[in-house]
Amino acid sequence: MKVDTLPTSLKTRPSFEKIEAWPLSLLLLSLILATPILVVASSVFFPAGDIWEHLLDTVLTRYVKNSAALMLGVSIGVLALGILPAWLVSAYRFPGRAIFEWALLLPLAIPAYIIAYTYTGMLDVAGPLQSALRETFDWRYGDYWFPEIRSLGGAIAMLSLVFYPYVYLLCRAAFAEQSGSVMEAARSLGCTPRGAFVRVAMPLARPAIVVGLSIALMETLADYGTVQYFGLSTFTTGIYRTWNGLGSSVGAAQLAALLMCFVFVLVSLESASRRQSQFFNTGSRVRPGARVPLHGVELVGAYMACGLPVLFGFLVPFTQLAVWAGLTAETILTRDFFGYFLNSVTLAVITALAALALALFIAYGKRLYPSRSSTAASRVLGLGYALPGTVVAIGVLLPFAWLDNRLSAFLLARFDTNPGLLLSGTAFILVFAYLVRFLPIAMNTVEAGLGKIKPSMDEAGRSMGLRPAIMLRRIHMPMMRGSLVTALLLVFVDVMKELPATLLLRPFNFNTLAIRTYELANEERLADAAGPALAIVLASLIPVILLSLSLRPSAGALEEADIINKNSNTTGKES
Amino acid sequence: MNTKQLIGFAVGALASAYISAAEVNVYSARSEELIKPALDRFSEETGIEVNLITESADALIRRIELEGMNSPADVLLTVDAGRLFRAKEAGILVSVDSEILNQRIPSAYRDPEGEWYGLSLRSRVIMFDKSRVDASEIARYEDLADPKWQGQVCIRSSGNIYNQSLLASLIEHLGEQATQDWAEGLVANMARRPQGGDRDQIRAVVAGQCKLAVANTYYLAGMLNSSVAADVEVAQQIGVLWPNQADRGAHMNVSGAGVIKTAKNPDEALQLIEFLSDDYAQQWYAEVNNEYSVREDIATSTILQQFGDFKADELNLEVLGRNNAAAVRLADRAGWQ
Repeated sequence: MKVDTLPTSLKTRPSFEKIEAWPLSLLLLSLILATPILVVASSVFFPAGDIWEHLLDTVLTRYVKNSAALMLGVSIGVLALGILPAWLVSAYRFPGRAIFEWALLLPLAIPAYIIAYTYTGMLDVAGPLQSALRETFDWRYGDYWFPEIRSLGGAIAMLSLVFYPYVYLLCRAAFAEQSGSVMEAARSLGCTPRGAFVRVAMPLARPAIVVGLSIALMETLADYGTVQYFGLSTFTTGIYRTWNGLGSSVGAAQLAALLMCFVFVLVSLESASRRQSQFFNTGSRVRPGARVPLHGVELVGAYMACGLPVLFGFLVPFTQLAVWAGLTAETILTRDFFGYFLNSVTLAVITALAALALALFIAYGKRLYPSRSSTAASRVLGLGYALPGTVVAIGVLLPFAWLDNRLSAFLLARFDTNPGLLLSGTAFILVFAYLVRFLPIAMNTVEAGLGKIKPSMDEAGRSMGLRPAIMLRRIHMPMMRGSLVTALLLVFVDVMKELPATLLLRPFNFNTLAIRTYELANEERLADAAGPALAIVLASLIPVILLSLSLRPSAGALEEADIINKNSNTTGKES
Repeated sequence: MNTKQLIGFAVGALASAYISAAEVNVYSARSEELIKPALDRFSEETGIEVNLITESADALIRRIELEGMNSPADVLLTVDAGRLFRAKEAGILVSVDSEILNQRIPSAYRDPEGEWYGLSLRSRVIMFDKSRVDASEIARYEDLADPKWQGQVCIRSSGNIYNQSLLASLIEHLGEQATQDWAEGLVANMARRPQGGDRDQIRAVVAGQCKLAVANTYYLAGMLNSSVAADVEVAQQIGVLWPNQADRGAHMNVSGAGVIKTAKNPDEALQLIEFLSDDYAQQWYAEVNNEYSVREDIATSTILQQFGDFKADELNLEVLGRNNAAAVRLADRAGWQ
């Protein structure tokens, strides 16, 4: 520890308690947050009868195969849709670039099951498109080929369209943070812009790409709505089927534990890959590179690469939802509706702020006091993101209900009064469950941001005698503002969309937009479900756009760089 | 006043604030949209406030189990008999003895021990495209496995509770092996991998992907009654075939309710269930959700009357719950996704 070498003359030298308090509370906090995950994992110690024999004999291979195929497909999909546009808006100049910069994030606002419902409504065999085809050409079913929307391929397409923004977002932040001088060095060494992308920018952005990809994959694993609607048997649907159909909650929890094992390996690989490739920005102030203008075929290509994800990931489903909502307009805007809206937004804001605070606390603690136990703890916490919401909800309810019942028994014995359940069935437990589920995404983002700040900054701060908390606030937080805002936004949007945990844990008479949407869509009343779905999208849009604006760190500086670049070109010509 | 008393007083005040007015807490597997109006009416009539949570029945049962002694739940509402049976097995329901309920609800549609009561009825039937299939071509559920319908049957996933209940009833009537053979035959006849909900199967019939679909009666009725013109148009081309009329009758299921063992408001809970079985609520079920009444003296909605009269399977509904896990295993083995 560096503290020992500090000159004793510094008066704000950290006290002994301060040093001990952080790692201790870190461990305690991690333990509390990890309880639901440990509860699920502990299911492996209970007997599940002959469930496993049955699963192995019949459906397990299919679950594994489908989940693996889905993950592979979504990986390819999100990388293909996410990286290139991020590079284009970062490195090139073309009309509309500034719009694409934020528009590419829009699909993030659409819940996966909503996009699935929307496209199915349009493209299904009984949908308007195929019906029109049959009518126009006097075809019958089977006379023509049409891609089956409710298929593995369809699910991959749907999930890729709504999850690619994770890759895009992290890549863009990485490209924006790469200092212009690196790219200029590459260019001056004879790289074309394309060459600089492949040989310099991409490798430098690799940690960001991997983080984005792993977020997308965890979302894929946790998705239930889409695969269930498409009739695909995956690990997630298998967990539900084992629980509800076979009536074995132990078997279901064990399946979930198996899923966690797999994710644990995935997360370990991801952080290993991040450890191997640590890049720090060398310049104290990142100077963005000058953007290269695009022309001709390249310009058309850029519009395709940036436009298609936005078109299919946002504009098409959004328009369809708006059309449906138009049909049911008068029944949508009731007083209840604004209540749902308020509930959704309040929960999302509270959770986002709490997640950011906790993520900062944990990530910074890990940086200050790196230890094997803190790494392990944060890795266990990371598992929550890949678990289906219902599994998390049960894992949360179990210890809370236990605690509540103990507490009420105690109060009854000591004070002869029984307050009932104090925590279960309140919004508190709901926020707690959201944190178990979504803290990993905030942690990932914050850690990525923190990781880019050179350790020498910490040393400098310490040598000035700053206490860790002050250092965090005064040095690190301003330097990683982009990452902090990103973490806030991602959690906000995820909570807006969250369904299973909300359903199971909410208090009486408490509805959210997601619940409303789901209940109506579940009755196959898509037109009625469109109103609340649209409200989720609109409410999520505001922070998405805010995020995007705040991520343009130095819009002025960019213009400046462009101008300087232009000037130097002209001066170059003149001389 | 010492600290202990003070805390006791504070907690007591907090607790009594919770239970000031007469109220009843409902855990419902029926969606808010399809139960809230009836509950509101109950509050209006009785002055008893109703608090509602909706979620799938299995999750609600688990929540009540975990909440234990202190669970706030008073009433559990489910949309199928199998889940009522499961709740009973889990030991979360309490037997109630209500003269009114016993009189109104036929014994086939309530638990022999009085732990749950059926409140509305639906049947799972065979539907067909009237322009391509003649009603005489098919008569029984068993016929769905007949090779002559190869590639012509649309049915949703066996993950769905209504299909599990249908399988559970077949296991009871035909035995496990015959049901297994039937399920395999059905899978061979499927026009497509099971997907979507019941309405999707009905739409696929009209789109020409299959000739037969299996669906619950209220879905078709809901489409006929829909504000969306396309749905009405589709539904009008569909015929309803009541299966097994020459023998055991069409497969039935109920939505129903039970009082929770740890209920804090057991009287209000019973009052609510009795309300849901009275004339007003029964007519409301029939008209708004197009379900059949569990009572014989309540008229069927005009839309349901179009489907005609039928003979209902009188199998004790408890069987649906008892055979549920066996049904799912059987479907897994048959490759019914």
